[in-house]
Amino acid sequence: MRLTQGQFSFLPDLSDDDIRVQAQYAIDNGWAVSVEYTDDPHPRNTYWEMWGHPMFDNPDAAAVVFEVNECRKEHGGKYIRVIAFDASPGWESIRMSFIVNRPKDEPGFRVVRQEVDGRAIRYAIESYAVREPEGQRYA
Amino acid sequence: MNDQNDIEKPTTVDLAAAFEESGVRDILQELDETMIGLAPVKQRIRETAALLLVDRARQQMGLSSETPTLHMSFTGNPGTGKTTVALKMADLLHRLGYVRKGHLVTVTRDDLVGQYIGHTAPKTKEVLKKAMGGVLFIDEAYYLYRPENERDYGQEAIEILLQVMENNRDDLVVIMAGYADRMDRFFNANPGFRSRMAHHIEFPDYTDAELDQIAAVMLNGLGYRFDQGGEKAMAEYIRLRRAQPHFANARSVRNALDRARLRQANRLFNEAKGPLDARALSTISEPDIRMSRVFQGGLDVDRKPVAGAA
Ligand SMILES: Nc1ncnc2c1ncn2[C@@H]1O[C@H](COP(=O)(O)OP(=O)(O)O)[C@@H](O)[C@H]1O
Ligand SMILES: [Mg+2]
Repeated sequence: MRLTQGQFSFLPDLSDDDIRVQAQYAIDNGWAVSVEYTDDPHPRNTYWEMWGHPMFDNPDAAAVVFEVNECRKEHGGKYIRVIAFDASPGWESIRMSFIVNRPKDEPGFRVVRQEVDGRAIRYAIESYAVREPEGQRYA
Repeated sequence: MNDQNDIEKPTTVDLAAAFEESGVRDILQELDETMIGLAPVKQRIRETAALLLVDRARQQMGLSSETPTLHMSFTGNPGTGKTTVALKMADLLHRLGYVRKGHLVTVTRDDLVGQYIGHTAPKTKEVLKKAMGGVLFIDEAYYLYRPENERDYGQEAIEILLQVMENNRDDLVVIMAGYADRMDRFFNANPGFRSRMAHHIEFPDYTDAELDQIAAVMLNGLGYRFDQGGEKAMAEYIRLRRAQPHFANARSVRNALDRARLRQANRLFNEAKGPLDARALSTISEPDIRMSRVFQGGLDVDRKPVAGAA
Protein backbone atom coordinates (compact mmCIF):
# COMPACT_ATOMS: atom_id res chain seq x y z
CA MET A 1 0.00 0.00 0.00
CA ARG A 2 1.57 3.20 -1.19
CA LEU A 3 1.96 5.72 1.62
CA THR A 4 0.26 9.03 0.87
CA GLN A 5 1.37 11.86 3.11
CA GLY A 6 2.21 15.46 2.47
CA GLN A 7 2.39 16.90 -1.01
CA PHE A 8 2.65 15.06 -4.33
CA SER A 9 2.19 11.63 -2.79
CA PHE A 10 -0.52 10.67 -5.29
CA LEU A 11 1.89 11.37 -8.12
CA PRO A 12 4.59 9.05 -9.38
CA ASP A 13 7.84 9.31 -7.42
CA LEU A 14 9.61 12.62 -7.89
CA SER A 15 12.85 12.60 -9.87
CA ASP A 16 15.89 14.37 -8.44
CA ASP A 17 15.19 17.22 -10.77
CA ASP A 18 11.57 17.45 -9.55
CA ILE A 19 12.86 17.52 -5.98
CA ARG A 20 15.30 20.26 -6.84
CA VAL A 21 12.68 22.45 -8.42
CA GLN A 22 10.29 22.08 -5.48
CA ALA A 23 13.04 22.73 -2.93
CA GLN A 24 14.14 25.76 -4.93
CA TYR A 25 10.61 27.11 -4.60
CA ALA A 26 10.94 26.81 -0.82
CA ILE A 27 14.38 28.44 -0.77
CA ASP A 28 13.20 31.30 -2.95
CA ASN A 29 10.44 31.92 -0.43
CA GLY A 30 13.02 32.15 2.35
CA TRP A 31 12.03 28.90 4.03
CA ALA A 32 14.53 26.60 5.72
CA VAL A 33 14.62 23.18 4.13
CA SER A 34 15.30 19.93 5.99
CA VAL A 35 15.67 16.29 5.15
CA GLU A 36 14.15 13.71 7.53
CA TYR A 37 13.75 9.94 7.56
CA THR A 38 11.76 7.32 9.44
CA ASP A 39 10.79 3.68 9.43
CA ASP A 40 7.55 4.39 11.27
CA PRO A 41 5.12 5.74 8.70
CA HIS A 42 2.16 6.23 11.06
CA PRO A 43 0.41 9.45 10.01
CA ARG A 44 0.60 10.77 13.57
CA ASN A 45 4.34 10.23 13.75
CA THR A 46 5.05 13.93 13.33
CA TYR A 47 8.70 14.01 14.27
CA TRP A 48 10.88 12.04 11.94
CA GLU A 49 14.63 11.70 12.46
CA MET A 50 16.52 14.72 11.23
CA TRP A 51 19.17 14.15 8.58
CA GLY A 52 21.64 16.89 9.43
CA HIS A 53 20.61 20.42 10.25
CA PRO A 54 17.95 22.43 8.49
CA MET A 55 19.52 24.25 5.56
CA PHE A 56 19.31 27.99 6.01
CA ASP A 57 22.01 29.38 3.80
CA ASN A 58 22.16 27.37 0.62
CA PRO A 59 20.94 29.52 -2.25
CA ASP A 60 20.66 26.61 -4.66
CA ALA A 61 18.49 23.55 -4.14
CA ALA A 62 21.13 21.21 -5.54
CA ALA A 63 22.29 21.24 -1.90
CA VAL A 64 18.98 19.67 -0.87
CA VAL A 65 19.20 16.99 -3.55
CA PHE A 66 22.77 16.34 -2.42
CA GLU A 67 21.60 15.71 1.15
CA VAL A 68 18.67 13.58 0.00
CA ASN A 69 21.14 11.38 -1.84
CA GLU A 70 23.49 11.25 1.16
CA CYS A 71 20.52 10.21 3.28
CA ARG A 72 19.50 7.57 0.71
CA LYS A 73 22.95 6.01 0.98
CA GLU A 74 22.34 5.31 4.65
CA HIS A 75 18.57 5.04 4.87
CA GLY A 76 17.58 4.05 1.36
CA GLY A 77 15.21 1.38 2.72
CA LYS A 78 13.16 3.89 4.71
CA TYR A 79 10.89 6.84 4.12
CA ILE A 80 12.68 10.12 3.47
CA ARG A 81 10.92 13.45 3.19
CA VAL A 82 11.83 17.03 2.52
CA ILE A 83 10.15 19.69 4.60
CA ALA A 84 10.26 23.47 4.46
CA PHE A 85 9.82 25.70 7.50
CA ASP A 86 8.70 29.26 7.46
CA ALA A 87 9.96 31.14 10.51
CA SER A 88 8.48 34.49 9.54
CA PRO A 89 5.33 34.24 11.73
CA GLY A 90 7.67 34.04 14.75
CA TRP A 91 7.39 30.28 15.10
CA GLU A 92 8.33 27.45 12.80
CA SER A 93 5.42 26.58 10.57
CA ILE A 94 5.65 23.84 7.99
CA ARG A 95 4.94 25.12 4.50
CA MET A 96 5.90 22.11 2.48
CA SER A 97 6.43 18.43 3.14
CA PHE A 98 6.88 15.72 0.57
CA ILE A 99 8.17 12.17 0.42
CA VAL A 100 11.29 11.68 -1.69
CA ASN A 101 12.14 8.08 -0.90
CA ARG A 102 10.15 5.04 0.14
CA PRO A 103 10.86 1.39 0.99
CA LYS A 104 10.61 -1.17 -1.80
CA ASP A 105 7.72 -2.95 -0.11
CA GLU A 106 5.13 -1.00 1.77
CA PRO A 107 2.98 -3.48 3.70
CA GLY A 108 0.44 -0.82 4.72
CA PHE A 109 -1.70 -0.56 7.84
CA ARG A 110 -4.09 -2.72 9.75
CA VAL A 111 -7.05 -1.64 11.79
CA VAL A 112 -7.04 -2.62 15.46
CA ARG A 113 -10.41 -2.72 17.22
CA GLN A 114 -10.45 -2.51 20.98
CA GLU A 115 -13.63 -3.13 22.97
CA VAL A 116 -13.94 -0.68 25.85
CA ASP A 117 -16.70 0.40 28.26
CA GLY A 118 -19.12 -2.32 27.38
CA ARG A 119 -20.01 -2.34 23.70
CA ALA A 120 -18.00 0.74 22.70
CA ILE A 121 -15.13 0.23 20.28
CA ARG A 122 -11.93 2.14 19.85
CA TYR A 123 -10.19 2.02 16.54
CA ALA A 124 -6.49 2.35 15.90
CA ILE A 125 -4.38 1.85 12.86
CA GLU A 126 -1.00 0.30 13.01
CA SER A 127 1.63 -0.06 10.35
CA TYR A 128 2.51 -3.68 9.72
CA ALA A 129 6.08 -2.57 9.49
CA VAL A 130 6.33 -1.50 13.13
CA ARG A 131 5.68 -5.03 14.33
CA GLU A 132 9.37 -5.54 13.68
CA PRO A 133 11.84 -3.75 15.95
CA GLU A 134 13.40 -0.50 14.80
CA GLY A 135 16.14 -1.10 12.28
CA GLN A 136 14.60 -4.38 11.08
CA ARG A 137 11.55 -2.95 9.36
CA TYR A 138 11.49 -2.91 5.60
CA ALA A 139 14.20 -5.56 5.38
CA MET B 1 18.95 21.75 -18.02
CA ASN B 2 18.38 18.75 -20.19
CA ASP B 3 14.71 19.03 -20.97
CA GLN B 4 15.32 19.63 -24.66
CA ASN B 5 13.57 16.45 -25.66
CA ASP B 6 10.13 17.93 -26.00
CA ILE B 7 11.36 21.29 -27.32
CA GLU B 8 12.08 21.48 -30.99
CA LYS B 9 15.78 21.67 -31.67
CA PRO B 10 17.02 24.64 -33.68
CA THR B 11 18.76 23.79 -36.94
CA THR B 12 20.94 26.87 -37.11
CA VAL B 13 22.52 29.10 -34.53
CA ASP B 14 23.42 32.77 -34.56
CA LEU B 15 26.52 32.98 -32.39
CA ALA B 16 26.79 36.74 -32.61
CA ALA B 17 23.23 37.10 -31.35
CA ALA B 18 23.85 34.60 -28.56
CA PHE B 19 26.96 36.56 -27.62
CA GLU B 20 24.87 39.73 -27.27
CA GLU B 21 21.78 38.23 -25.67
CA SER B 22 23.56 36.19 -23.05
CA GLY B 23 25.30 39.31 -21.76
CA VAL B 24 28.70 37.71 -22.27
CA ARG B 25 29.75 40.69 -24.30
CA ASP B 26 28.98 43.03 -21.39
CA ILE B 27 31.06 40.98 -19.00
CA LEU B 28 34.05 40.81 -21.30
CA GLN B 29 33.80 44.52 -21.82
CA GLU B 30 33.57 45.18 -18.10
CA LEU B 31 36.57 42.93 -17.57
CA ASP B 32 38.48 44.90 -20.16
CA GLU B 33 37.55 48.23 -18.68
CA THR B 34 37.94 47.58 -14.97
CA MET B 35 41.03 45.40 -14.97
CA ILE B 36 44.31 46.97 -16.01
CA GLY B 37 46.74 44.81 -17.98
CA LEU B 38 46.18 41.05 -17.75
CA ALA B 39 46.19 40.69 -21.53
CA PRO B 40 46.87 36.93 -21.52
CA VAL B 41 44.19 36.36 -18.88
CA LYS B 42 41.63 38.34 -20.82
CA GLN B 43 42.53 36.44 -23.95
CA ARG B 44 42.06 33.09 -22.19
CA ILE B 45 38.72 34.18 -20.82
CA ARG B 46 37.54 35.30 -24.25
CA GLU B 47 38.53 31.90 -25.61
CA THR B 48 36.79 30.10 -22.78
CA ALA B 49 33.65 32.16 -23.31
CA ALA B 50 33.68 31.34 -27.02
CA LEU B 51 34.10 27.66 -26.29
CA LEU B 52 31.25 27.66 -23.80
CA LEU B 53 29.00 29.58 -26.14
CA VAL B 54 29.64 27.09 -28.92
CA ASP B 55 29.21 24.20 -26.51
CA ARG B 56 25.87 25.58 -25.44
CA ALA B 57 24.77 25.96 -29.03
CA ARG B 58 25.82 22.36 -29.71
CA GLN B 59 23.77 21.20 -26.75
CA GLN B 60 20.77 23.15 -27.97
CA MET B 61 21.08 21.57 -31.40
CA GLY B 62 21.39 18.14 -29.87
CA LEU B 63 24.97 17.61 -31.01
CA SER B 64 26.17 16.90 -27.50
CA SER B 65 24.53 16.35 -24.18
CA GLU B 66 27.39 16.17 -21.71
CA THR B 67 27.93 19.11 -19.40
CA PRO B 68 31.50 20.12 -20.16
CA THR B 69 33.95 20.06 -17.28
CA LEU B 70 34.37 23.62 -16.13
CA HIS B 71 36.65 23.38 -13.11
CA MET B 72 39.64 25.68 -13.40
CA SER B 73 42.92 26.59 -11.83
CA PHE B 74 44.11 30.17 -11.54
CA THR B 75 47.81 30.44 -10.87
CA GLY B 76 49.85 33.49 -10.10
CA ASN B 77 51.43 35.50 -7.33
CA PRO B 78 49.38 37.29 -4.67
CA GLY B 79 47.53 40.39 -5.75
CA THR B 80 47.50 39.57 -9.46
CA GLY B 81 43.71 39.65 -9.67
CA LYS B 82 42.76 35.98 -9.29
CA THR B 83 39.92 36.54 -6.84
CA THR B 84 38.60 39.51 -8.76
CA VAL B 85 38.60 37.61 -12.04
CA ALA B 86 36.95 34.62 -10.36
CA LEU B 87 34.01 36.87 -9.49
CA LYS B 88 33.69 37.83 -13.12
CA MET B 89 34.03 34.21 -14.18
CA ALA B 90 31.15 33.24 -11.88
CA ASP B 91 29.03 35.91 -13.53
CA LEU B 92 30.06 34.72 -16.98
CA LEU B 93 29.18 31.09 -16.23
CA HIS B 94 25.86 32.21 -14.83
CA ARG B 95 24.97 34.20 -17.92
CA LEU B 96 25.87 31.27 -20.11
CA GLY B 97 23.60 29.08 -18.03
CA TYR B 98 26.33 26.80 -16.71
CA VAL B 99 25.62 27.66 -13.08
CA ARG B 100 22.16 28.52 -11.82
CA LYS B 101 22.94 31.35 -9.36
CA GLY B 102 26.40 32.67 -10.12
CA HIS B 103 27.61 33.50 -6.62
CA LEU B 104 31.22 33.04 -5.54
CA VAL B 105 32.12 31.30 -2.29
CA THR B 106 35.75 31.92 -1.32
CA VAL B 107 37.41 29.52 1.09
CA THR B 108 40.82 28.39 2.32
CA ARG B 109 41.93 25.19 3.98
CA ASP B 110 40.57 26.26 7.35
CA ASP B 111 37.03 26.46 6.02
CA LEU B 112 37.17 22.91 4.72
CA VAL B 113 39.30 20.97 7.15
CA GLY B 114 38.34 20.28 10.76
CA GLN B 115 40.35 19.98 13.94
CA TYR B 116 39.42 16.49 14.98
CA ILE B 117 38.10 13.19 13.65
CA GLY B 118 34.68 13.43 12.06
CA HIS B 119 34.82 17.20 11.78
CA THR B 120 36.11 17.53 8.24
CA ALA B 121 33.45 15.79 6.16
CA PRO B 122 30.53 17.87 7.46
CA LYS B 123 32.59 21.06 7.15
CA THR B 124 33.55 20.36 3.57
CA LYS B 125 30.01 19.35 2.64
CA GLU B 126 28.59 22.51 4.23
CA VAL B 127 30.89 24.61 2.07
CA LEU B 128 30.10 22.64 -1.06
CA LYS B 129 26.36 22.99 -0.46
CA LYS B 130 26.72 26.72 0.01
CA ALA B 131 28.61 26.97 -3.26
CA MET B 132 26.13 24.93 -5.27
CA GLY B 133 24.55 26.95 -8.01
CA GLY B 134 27.72 29.03 -8.13
CA VAL B 135 31.49 28.88 -8.00
CA LEU B 136 33.67 27.59 -5.18
CA PHE B 137 36.99 29.43 -5.08
CA ILE B 138 39.65 27.59 -3.07
CA ASP B 139 42.51 29.94 -2.35
CA GLU B 140 45.92 28.33 -1.88
CA ALA B 141 44.35 24.93 -2.49
CA TYR B 142 47.69 23.13 -2.01
CA TYR B 143 47.46 23.55 1.76
CA LEU B 144 44.81 20.84 1.65
CA TYR B 145 47.57 18.35 0.95
CA ARG B 146 50.17 17.72 3.63
CA PRO B 147 52.03 14.55 2.80
CA GLU B 148 54.37 15.00 5.76
CA ASN B 149 51.48 14.19 8.09
CA GLU B 150 49.90 10.93 7.01
CA ARG B 151 46.85 11.42 9.18
CA ASP B 152 46.19 14.95 8.03
CA TYR B 153 42.46 15.60 7.73
CA GLY B 154 43.03 17.52 4.50
CA GLN B 155 42.99 14.19 2.67
CA GLU B 156 39.37 13.70 3.67
CA ALA B 157 38.41 17.08 2.24
CA ILE B 158 40.29 16.24 -0.97
CA GLU B 159 38.33 13.02 -1.42
CA ILE B 160 34.96 14.69 -0.94
CA LEU B 161 35.95 17.51 -3.29
CA LEU B 162 36.98 15.07 -5.98
CA GLN B 163 33.71 13.19 -5.66
CA VAL B 164 31.52 16.27 -5.84
CA MET B 165 33.55 17.79 -8.67
CA GLU B 166 32.80 14.66 -10.65
CA ASN B 167 29.23 13.85 -9.61
CA ASN B 168 27.83 17.35 -9.30
CA ARG B 169 29.28 18.95 -12.40
CA ASP B 170 25.90 20.50 -13.14
CA ASP B 171 25.71 22.04 -9.71
CA LEU B 172 28.95 23.88 -9.11
CA VAL B 173 32.27 24.92 -10.60
CA VAL B 174 35.46 24.76 -8.57
CA ILE B 175 38.33 27.19 -9.11
CA MET B 176 41.59 26.46 -7.33
CA ALA B 177 44.02 29.31 -6.97
CA GLY B 178 47.55 29.84 -5.77
CA TYR B 179 51.23 30.06 -6.66
CA ALA B 180 51.99 28.29 -9.93
CA ASP B 181 54.83 26.09 -8.67
CA ARG B 182 53.02 24.89 -5.57
CA MET B 183 49.85 24.25 -7.52
CA ASP B 184 51.84 22.19 -9.97
CA ARG B 185 53.25 20.04 -7.20
CA PHE B 186 49.79 19.72 -5.70
CA PHE B 187 48.33 18.48 -8.98
CA ASN B 188 51.23 16.09 -9.47
CA ALA B 189 50.57 14.56 -6.08
CA ASN B 190 46.80 14.54 -6.66
CA PRO B 191 46.30 13.64 -10.30
CA GLY B 192 42.56 13.37 -9.68
CA PHE B 193 42.40 17.13 -9.56
CA ARG B 194 44.50 17.65 -12.63
CA SER B 195 42.26 15.39 -14.69
CA ARG B 196 39.18 17.27 -13.52
CA MET B 197 40.55 20.70 -14.36
CA ALA B 198 39.51 21.82 -17.80
CA HIS B 199 41.05 25.28 -17.82
CA HIS B 200 44.29 26.65 -16.48
CA ILE B 201 44.76 30.39 -16.43
CA GLU B 202 48.06 32.00 -15.50
CA PHE B 203 48.13 35.45 -13.97
CA PRO B 204 51.38 37.29 -14.69
CA ASP B 205 52.90 39.85 -12.33
CA TYR B 206 52.01 43.42 -13.19
CA THR B 207 54.62 45.68 -14.71
CA ASP B 208 55.55 48.88 -12.89
CA ALA B 209 53.64 50.92 -15.42
CA GLU B 210 50.53 48.76 -14.94
CA LEU B 211 50.75 49.20 -11.18
CA ASP B 212 51.00 52.98 -11.66
CA GLN B 213 47.81 52.82 -13.63
CA ILE B 214 46.14 50.51 -11.11
CA ALA B 215 47.05 52.98 -8.36
CA ALA B 216 45.40 55.82 -10.26
CA VAL B 217 42.26 53.77 -10.96
CA MET B 218 41.96 52.57 -7.37
CA LEU B 219 42.46 56.03 -5.98
CA ASN B 220 39.88 57.38 -8.34
CA GLY B 221 37.48 54.68 -7.19
CA LEU B 222 37.97 55.88 -3.63
CA GLY B 223 37.21 59.45 -4.64
CA TYR B 224 40.78 60.76 -4.35
CA ARG B 225 43.44 61.87 -6.77
CA PHE B 226 47.22 62.37 -6.73
CA ASP B 227 48.83 65.74 -7.19
CA GLN B 228 52.03 65.74 -9.20
CA GLY B 229 54.34 65.09 -6.28
CA GLY B 230 52.06 62.37 -5.00
CA GLU B 231 51.98 60.58 -8.31
CA LYS B 232 55.75 60.65 -8.63
CA ALA B 233 56.25 59.41 -5.08
CA MET B 234 53.78 56.58 -5.66
CA ALA B 235 55.65 55.48 -8.78
CA GLU B 236 58.86 55.40 -6.76
CA TYR B 237 57.16 53.56 -3.95
CA ILE B 238 55.99 50.86 -6.32
CA ARG B 239 59.47 50.27 -7.68
CA LEU B 240 61.04 50.12 -4.22
CA ARG B 241 58.30 47.97 -2.81
CA ARG B 242 58.63 45.38 -5.57
CA ALA B 243 62.20 44.67 -4.53
CA GLN B 244 61.12 43.92 -0.98
CA PRO B 245 59.87 40.64 0.45
CA HIS B 246 56.15 39.81 0.45
CA PHE B 247 55.43 42.08 -2.46
CA ALA B 248 51.84 41.44 -3.52
CA ASN B 249 51.26 43.30 -6.78
CA ALA B 250 47.97 45.19 -6.85
CA ARG B 251 47.27 44.35 -3.22
CA SER B 252 50.45 46.14 -2.17
CA VAL B 253 49.18 49.14 -4.08
CA ARG B 254 45.80 49.01 -2.39
CA ASN B 255 47.40 48.75 1.05
CA ALA B 256 49.79 51.61 0.30
CA LEU B 257 46.87 53.77 -0.72
CA ASP B 258 44.95 52.92 2.44
CA ARG B 259 47.95 53.98 4.50
CA ALA B 260 48.39 57.11 2.42
CA ARG B 261 44.79 58.12 3.13
CA LEU B 262 45.43 57.68 6.81
CA ARG B 263 48.51 59.91 6.64
CA GLN B 264 46.69 62.46 4.53
CA ALA B 265 43.94 62.69 7.13
CA ASN B 266 46.51 63.18 9.86
CA ARG B 267 48.38 65.76 7.84
CA LEU B 268 45.23 67.75 7.16
CA PHE B 269 44.27 67.54 10.78
CA ASN B 270 47.63 68.80 12.01
CA GLU B 271 48.31 71.42 9.37
CA ALA B 272 44.99 72.93 8.48
CA LYS B 273 44.57 76.45 9.82
CA GLY B 274 41.37 77.39 8.05
CA PRO B 275 38.52 75.78 6.16
CA LEU B 276 39.47 73.04 3.67
CA ASP B 277 37.94 72.67 0.24
CA ALA B 278 36.92 69.47 -1.52
CA ARG B 279 40.14 69.48 -3.46
CA ALA B 280 42.33 69.53 -0.38
CA LEU B 281 40.26 66.74 1.17
CA SER B 282 40.66 64.50 -1.84
CA THR B 283 44.28 65.06 -2.81
CA ILE B 284 47.05 62.64 -1.92
CA SER B 285 50.36 64.53 -1.89
CA GLU B 286 53.99 63.64 -1.80
CA PRO B 287 54.43 63.49 2.00
CA ASP B 288 51.47 61.10 2.33
CA ILE B 289 53.44 58.58 0.34
CA ARG B 290 56.99 59.44 1.36
CA MET B 291 56.32 58.88 5.05
CA SER B 292 56.19 55.16 4.31
CA ARG B 293 58.86 53.01 5.89
CA VAL B 294 59.60 51.64 2.45
CA PHE B 295 61.56 54.78 1.63
CA GLN B 296 63.82 54.18 4.64
CA GLY B 297 64.52 50.61 3.58
CA GLY B 298 61.81 49.33 5.94
CA LEU B 299 58.95 47.05 5.09
CA ASP B 300 55.24 47.48 4.56
CA VAL B 301 53.55 44.18 5.23
CA ASP B 302 50.93 43.41 2.64
CA ARG B 303 50.07 39.80 3.12
CA LYS B 304 48.35 38.46 6.13
CA PRO B 305 50.35 35.47 7.32
CA VAL B 306 48.79 32.42 5.68
CA ALA B 307 46.68 30.54 8.18
CA GLY B 308 47.54 27.09 6.94
CA ALA B 309 51.19 27.76 6.20
CA ALA B 310 53.47 25.18 7.67
N1 LIG C 1 44.19 44.48 -13.10
C1 LIG C 1 43.70 45.12 -12.04
N2 LIG C 1 43.17 46.34 -12.16
C2 LIG C 1 42.70 46.97 -11.07
N3 LIG C 1 42.68 46.46 -9.84
C3 LIG C 1 43.20 45.25 -9.65
C4 LIG C 1 43.73 44.51 -10.73
N4 LIG C 1 44.17 43.32 -10.27
C5 LIG C 1 43.92 43.32 -8.95
N5 LIG C 1 43.34 44.46 -8.55
C6 LIG C 1 42.97 44.80 -7.18
O1 LIG C 1 43.98 44.30 -6.32
C7 LIG C 1 43.46 43.69 -5.17
C8 LIG C 1 43.94 42.27 -5.04
O2 LIG C 1 43.41 41.50 -6.11
P1 LIG C 1 42.92 39.99 -5.91
O3 LIG C 1 41.97 39.69 -6.99
O4 LIG C 1 42.46 39.78 -4.50
O5 LIG C 1 44.28 39.21 -6.15
P2 LIG C 1 44.66 37.70 -5.83
O6 LIG C 1 43.37 36.96 -5.57
O7 LIG C 1 45.39 37.23 -7.04
O8 LIG C 1 45.53 37.73 -4.62
C9 LIG C 1 41.96 43.83 -5.27
O9 LIG C 1 41.59 44.92 -4.49
C10 LIG C 1 41.71 44.09 -6.74
O10 LIG C 1 40.58 44.91 -6.92
MG1 LIG D 1 42.97 36.29 -3.58
